[in-house]
Amino acid sequence: MPEVKTPLWEVFIRSRNGLAHKHVGSVHAADATLALQAARDVYTRRGEGLSVWVVPSSAITASDPADKDMLFEPTASKIYRHPTFYEVPEEVGNM
Amino acid sequence: MYTQALNTKDAPDTAEPEAHAARFQERIDTEERIEANDWMPEAYRRTLIRQISQHAHSEIVGMLPEGNWITRAPSLRRKAALLAKVQDEGGHGLYLYAAAETLGVSREELVDQLLAQKARYSSIFNYPTLTWADIGAIGWLVDGAAIMNQIPLCRCSYGPYARAMIRICKEESFHQRQGYEIMVTLARGTPEQKEMAQDALNRWWAPCLMMFGPPDTESQHSDTSMAWKIKRFTNDSLRQKFIDATVPQAHHIGLAIPDPALRLDEASGHWLTGPIDWEEFRRVLAGGGPCNRERLAARRRAHETGAWVREAAMAHAAKQSAQKQAA
Repeated sequence: MPEVKTPLWEVFIRSRNGLAHKHVGSVHAADATLALQAARDVYTRRGEGLSVWVVPSSAITASDPADKDMLFEPTASKIYRHPTFYEVPEEVGNM
Repeated sequence: MYTQALNTKDAPDTAEPEAHAARFQERIDTEERIEANDWMPEAYRRTLIRQISQHAHSEIVGMLPEGNWITRAPSLRRKAALLAKVQDEGGHGLYLYAAAETLGVSREELVDQLLAQKARYSSIFNYPTLTWADIGAIGWLVDGAAIMNQIPLCRCSYGPYARAMIRICKEESFHQRQGYEIMVTLARGTPEQKEMAQDALNRWWAPCLMMFGPPDTESQHSDTSMAWKIKRFTNDSLRQKFIDATVPQAHHIGLAIPDPALRLDEASGHWLTGPIDWEEFRRVLAGGGPCNRERLAARRRAHETGAWVREAAMAHAAKQSAQKQAA
């Protein structure tokens, strides 16, 4: 009998209070409880975190790398979105 | 060590658009990292799957020779350290399997390849751990060689592999230090203990030098891996780095490197060794090492006897989710 594949989960860890959860890797587990346990065992053996999230990998929708020019083009062309685009008289100091 | 898979090569692909391939190489040349969903040549994908999965298998099979001594560690301190180390090896295997899976191969396929002997693991784990000193020698030498090999892999062109390697390298340093501490303790102990340390070094030295793979003159396959920046240094240069680092460490604790031809080349500052028995290396890789059968049998047994646990966990998950939906 072919074995049913064990689902994949993405693991996110908050390393310190005040920081965001950061993606650290993935684990296989049958359900959320086991995924959380596996994530703790695999990714936090040396005090790497205070909080763990696990998310089914299948729940993530990702952008296509091929679309990156189209999606992220404005960062390059709309330079007026950055503060350094504007000139402020020197006497005024930092703003 | 863990890059022995890079010594075999695929036939180049011809059906791929040249423009894609050129753009890909350009990204590699400018040190851009390649990510899972990016376009990549099929040969690059296959090389990485083989390399990363062999690395993962090595970590998992590598748990066996050391696990052999957990119940017989000489003190609670040593036992706790060894348990933690073996658990780390398991963790390393899992980071690496996950990295390989980003290339479109499933965990189940990877495990099946190992059990069906279609995938290899590092030759070093086919040697037995006969005494407690072997645990010291493995940490000091095998993990020391692994570090030499793995630090350049942290800059590998494939992002998920490089990131897994960064986590692994952070942990390897503990492994090597705990191994060397065992050797120091034995070397400074009773004459019998010192002899045991020397005996372990005698048996592990040559196999450790082989971990870096065949000499550069024989390994014509490194070229593509180097061009793709999967591999950044040749087998011989990494091996030499390991020898230069390790010989003084042995001398410091009064142990002799088991090589009558060993000498310090004053001009280059390198320690030069005698010839390595590549026949033995090929034999062990081909399945003829002292423990090949035992290692594979242990992995198969673990996989088979664990099947009911995987099935039960999946059945429980299905039941829970059905109940949740009904409620």
